Amino acid sequence: MARYLLRRFAFLLVSLALACVVLFVLLRMLPGDPANALTAVGATDEQIAAARHSIGSDKPLPEQFAHWIGQLAQGDLGTSFVSSLPVGPEITARLQVTIPLTLAAFALAILIAVPAGFLAAYRRGTWYGALLSGVSQLGIAIPVFWLGMILIAVFALNTGWLPAGGFPPDGWSQPGEAIRSLTLPVLTIALVMSASLIRYVRSATLDVLGSDYLRTARALGSSFAGAMWRHGLRNAAVPVISVLGIELASTLLGAVVVESVFALPGLGSMLATGIEQHDYPVIQGVLFVSTLAVLLIGFAADLVQRIIDPRLRGGLSGGIR
Amino acid sequence: MSIKKPSLYATATAAVLALTLSACGTSPGGGGASDGAYDRDATVNIGSLYEPQNLDNTAGGGQGVTEALNGNVYEGLFKLTDDGEVEKLLAQDHKVSGDGLTYTFTLRDNVTFHSGKKLTSQDVEYSLKKVIAKDSQSARKSNLDVIESIATPDARTVKVRLSKKSISFVYNLSYVWIINSEAENLKTSEDGTGPYQLKKWTRGSALSLDRFPGYWGDAAANKQVVFRYFKDATALNNALLTNAVDIVTSGQSPDALDQFENNPNYKVSDGDSTTKLLLAFNDKAKPFTDVRVRQAVSAAIDDEKLLESVWGGRGKLIGSMVPPTDPWYEDLTAIDAYDTERARRLLADAGYEDGFDFTLDTPNYDPHPTAATLIKSQLAKVGINVKINTITSDEWYTKVYKNRAFTATLQEHVNDRDLVWYGNPDFYWGYDDKQVTRWVEQAEQASTTAEQTELLKKVNRKTAEDAASEWLYLYPQIVVASSELSGYPRNGLNSQFHAYDIKKG
Repeated sequence: MARYLLRRFAFLLVSLALACVVLFVLLRMLPGDPANALTAVGATDEQIAAARHSIGSDKPLPEQFAHWIGQLAQGDLGTSFVSSLPVGPEITARLQVTIPLTLAAFALAILIAVPAGFLAAYRRGTWYGALLSGVSQLGIAIPVFWLGMILIAVFALNTGWLPAGGFPPDGWSQPGEAIRSLTLPVLTIALVMSASLIRYVRSATLDVLGSDYLRTARALGSSFAGAMWRHGLRNAAVPVISVLGIELASTLLGAVVVESVFALPGLGSMLATGIEQHDYPVIQGVLFVSTLAVLLIGFAADLVQRIIDPRLRGGLSGGIR
Repeated sequence: MSIKKPSLYATATAAVLALTLSACGTSPGGGGASDGAYDRDATVNIGSLYEPQNLDNTAGGGQGVTEALNGNVYEGLFKLTDDGEVEKLLAQDHKVSGDGLTYTFTLRDNVTFHSGKKLTSQDVEYSLKKVIAKDSQSARKSNLDVIESIATPDARTVKVRLSKKSISFVYNLSYVWIINSEAENLKTSEDGTGPYQLKKWTRGSALSLDRFPGYWGDAAANKQVVFRYFKDATALNNALLTNAVDIVTSGQSPDALDQFENNPNYKVSDGDSTTKLLLAFNDKAKPFTDVRVRQAVSAAIDDEKLLESVWGGRGKLIGSMVPPTDPWYEDLTAIDAYDTERARRLLADAGYEDGFDFTLDTPNYDPHPTAATLIKSQLAKVGINVKINTITSDEWYTKVYKNRAFTATLQEHVNDRDLVWYGNPDFYWGYDDKQVTRWVEQAEQASTTAEQTELLKKVNRKTAEDAASEWLYLYPQIVVASSELSGYPRNGLNSQFHAYDIKKG
């Protein structure tokens, strides 16, 4: 296991380094000029040149890359072209919205999806099993912004129970306000996420229910619950954890639509603004942090799978049987 | 200058010299109806779609920084009021020499910056130089490049010498923030003389201003204003509906207005706009090099129908670049009025009996895509086939504005007094008429505003007759506010939003 950990960690570092190069190169291939965001529309050539010089985008690309990597090595994510604010602290501030949002939505989605998915499989012959499957299928088809708008209409505009959007400017120093602000967004993401999760849990459970080992365990005298607990759950968990890892990672930045609907200052909207303004340090900073997070989540998912399922402990990658 | 700075969503700002209000007779909005009791310690929450990019208007702060800081945190020697008048602010007095080249300003006494330092002529010199510096990104840099030298004979006197006469000099000075010459980190902090000081800017979310206790003039009518920033117009409206914000600066769509109009908790005001929607031809690209083709396109588009579809009857028709609030306005809507028969004749004269195809570069945010679709269907009736090419604001800026690689485009032009761009043959639309260029130059060097007005009226008529562009319509200027509020700007001229007179309660 130690050897695996070491190899897996090396793999993570190489991925991150590769991601940095790809990120940097792809960004520079985008059409448009980062100086655009700074110049007024009547700008003269001289003003445009001054803007490029002030952000260093007139320097050769290798020099810019070396500069960025040099900063990264010192733990500095750079300074925004547009706002002149350091990128690192802004990401930290945005994470105070994004991390609670993602984790709470994720936890809620699991709380909904695991029992619902299990029931949908176990009671697939009954009306409510079919209903659960149907609802989850419908849920996948619902666009997240639409669900967000419906929730706003019901819980904010009509009843006034919760705010329609925004996040307190003072953040978590107003914990009550912060939690109220995040309630509807969390619900929105959790409902949409759980819709697809239900289907994974359901199919994983179906596999287990039809498996030989479960039948054998039952034949040897285990109760259904006991067999399910000891053998079923572990086996069903492996593929579900893969999916969970991917869902968690994609929510980190994928929350951008929800952030826009609910006017939340999260990581996704920081990235969107950065892209809009060609603010390379911001885009690079956000993508670096999120790439790191995604790699770590993948790492954690692999690790958890190996703990659950000894058969996986041989290979470097992979998770699903 | 004039074009909507490429940014997220559409909508205007604007106006000059009070003209007749249209539609909503219900609400006098600005000016403040209730002079009765109000909460002097109120916090006013302002919803906006335009977050500043940074806090320095000479370093690319954008429209948002003008909205939040102009007049609120920073003051100029002069200010542009919501009615478009230029009034003295930090200048107590000014004199112009006989040749019109030397301006002598006397500064107001006892003005202090938020940091506590007293305002002196040094600060004014520093601030003017900052705007015309080589690396300045100020939109007014080219206008103020006429400054030849600045002298400060004493702490309260500033003498500015111009290289040539500039009748708009004082007007342009209203855009120059007077900043403490010793201040640092101006992109992320401030040191101005205005009625508010910056409390906190949380990027992506809000910017709050607190009443400055040491203000030289009348203290602000509220204790704090918080600009709250939204990316999405629906989210902005929801915030207003749930009282999370008291007023929105802009970004109204006609569909969203219904929910406020018949609700006693809100006031909808329709001020004077200077934002024009243009179908800008590339006058240097075929077939629009031919004035008859441009006239034909103008005559083939039913502007009234377009305005009705986009704004549901709000807004106004215009026949040129000049809105009714500019001093050189004349009603020229009769020139190239809607007439498909005439359009066909003009096309035939120009050798396009069978019409032609052209690509219309269309910014991807409202109202451009809607307008493009309507224009396409109208031009099809005279045999012109429009290919709509949807582009982002950034692409627009590079492709159309910088590289001039376009045949025709749609764009909103926000500012007042922006007719003068037709005098610049290097401007993106490529209109090049020697006479017009000369008139615009002469107008700027005119000795009296009457002379200036006369010359610009000629420019107005000439560009309209040449169909230099197709001016589709003038936007409405709609502000929606909680009915608890009074004293807010109705016109939001040139993106400004003076908050110090807003009373709550």
